[in-house]
Amino acid sequence: MTSYPYDRAALRASLAGLEQRPGVAKPDPILVADNVVRRFGGMTAVDVDHLEVQRGAITALIGPNGAGKTTFFNLLTGFDRPTPATGRERASWSFEGRSFSRTSATRVARSGMIRTFQLTKALTRMSVLDNMLIGAANQPGENLFVGLVRPLWAKRERENVERAEELLRRFKLDKKRDDMAGGLSGGQKKLLEMARALMSNPSMIMLDEPMAGVNPALTQSLLEHIESLRDEGTTVLFVEHDMHMVRHISDWVVVMAQGKIIAEGLPEDVMGSRAVIDAYLGAHHDQDLGDVINTEMMRTIEAEIEEEAR
Amino acid sequence: MDFWTGLLQAMLQTALSPVTAAFVIAAIGLNIHFGFTGLMNIGQAGFMLVGGYGFVISVMNGVGLFPALLISMAASAAFALLLGIPTVKLRGDYLAIVTIGAAEILRMTARLAGLSHITGGPSGIQSTRFREQFNALSPLPEGRTTFLGLDYFNTGVDDWWSRIVAWAFVGLFLLITWLLIRSPWGRVLKGIREDEDAVRSLGKSPFSYKLQALIIGGVMGGFGGIIMSLPATINPDGMSRATTFNLWMILLLGGAATILGPLLGAILFFVVRLVITSVASQYVPASILNAQQAEILAWILIGFMLMLLVIFRPQGILGNKKELAFND
Repeated sequence: MTSYPYDRAALRASLAGLEQRPGVAKPDPILVADNVVRRFGGMTAVDVDHLEVQRGAITALIGPNGAGKTTFFNLLTGFDRPTPATGRERASWSFEGRSFSRTSATRVARSGMIRTFQLTKALTRMSVLDNMLIGAANQPGENLFVGLVRPLWAKRERENVERAEELLRRFKLDKKRDDMAGGLSGGQKKLLEMARALMSNPSMIMLDEPMAGVNPALTQSLLEHIESLRDEGTTVLFVEHDMHMVRHISDWVVVMAQGKIIAEGLPEDVMGSRAVIDAYLGAHHDQDLGDVINTEMMRTIEAEIEEEAR
Repeated sequence: MDFWTGLLQAMLQTALSPVTAAFVIAAIGLNIHFGFTGLMNIGQAGFMLVGGYGFVISVMNGVGLFPALLISMAASAAFALLLGIPTVKLRGDYLAIVTIGAAEILRMTARLAGLSHITGGPSGIQSTRFREQFNALSPLPEGRTTFLGLDYFNTGVDDWWSRIVAWAFVGLFLLITWLLIRSPWGRVLKGIREDEDAVRSLGKSPFSYKLQALIIGGVMGGFGGIIMSLPATINPDGMSRATTFNLWMILLLGGAATILGPLLGAILFFVVRLVITSVASQYVPASILNAQQAEILAWILIGFMLMLLVIFRPQGILGNKKELAFND
């Protein structure tokens, strides 16, 4: 783990003092992104001017379906490339001071930013232990020629196995150590993916919808795992739909809608804000169209829609 | 009784033949491609052509035996890079199309009459014309040896010396495969076979590993081509699409992603066919099934066997059931 003097109260206090607006500067950003634009044909999926992610905090990235959260995630982790935007500055982002604008997913991961996937990617026809060992970043035997000579990598392998077993115990997968990963339940696969991501001691972990498809009992233990990660100094950025979870564990919330960051702030403040409620529920969410709809109201809405369309 | 001892003898002869060894070696290479890395190479015969002709043409142009081997390996590696660099980043099917196309282009090129002063054209090159240096290396004494009822020249054309070298190479490549697959390098290969994006997200470059696997398997295929050319002749049609498909059959029969699968698969592939044809020609009257038809029947039964295998034992004879149980 990167040694980071962790003090949650101090962290919260410093975040609480920030202005709550999109793109606000953080006291100690680990990740800074500028001008990240991604278009699919005529549709702009992501258009983020500026975002900073605070080191050592749990930052939640929320937003309605289609807001561009996962695309933004893919861009940051090198799984997708930004669209070159004409007449604007080039997209650029840096992680721990290193620029990442044109690097591959492999290099992003190697520099200490590991992601997980919304649909788990367990290596199904490999054992749980092998899944873990492949996550280790320091195994020289992964070089072709070194790999041929066992004594050159056996010691590191033993250390990695120890670390893997420790992580498996922590995620309560130790009994599954020698099972094929494909035989695990959906929730166990989520746990395995998270444990595997930790094998390389990342300084930042990016979780893409960690709670999707996980039963409520497991949700609680996943939450605890994520919090303990933060307590050990790992920065966490996660995409989530589950508002309860966001409110419960995040230190800072970033809200996206239609590709843009529309709000940022402390969870208790930002989630009640007008912009966020509108983005999630639509501007007319508090009008019950089912029971009391009348022609007057319909006309107003239609006029508004026309106006917006223009 | 005579028939059965004769058959056993013929089975042994087929099992030990250099051609069988050549198929084993090429199938080991294909196993590294498909079994361990998940690369769909449908042109392994192309690698055999490149390796085989690379060796033969070098030797015939006065290059020494060992430099010729190096040239052959370099040619296979270059072929792997040529096919791999543009395609391995794409989905698997593209590599399949490109490899089968490239293998056919090579075969057609080797057949060209205009190149027959280099490649020998469609009829190829007799091995007597390039075996001198290879034979000179033989430590065996002059003459013939009978061993287990098999009788060959010690050193000559279809001889003990090629058999020893061929099976030594089989042993060497099996050992290399075993060493590689148990190493962390092999674990990354399997990871790529399972899910490339997962491996990428953990900081390994699938592109580089896939190219390495393609080169290693391709060089092994090239050695298969060299061994194939030693007993009689190298010719383009001896390494055609049919060869590639037979290699796939061997691999699936023995069990992809196992170390010894290619060995068992190749021996079965040749021996079972021999048994079927011999038994059919011995016990079925020629009026019902003549020798040619028996040969065809053997192929049909091999195909049928493969179908049964794919349906009831998809992991192959030696494969691990667990490894295929979660195939999605």
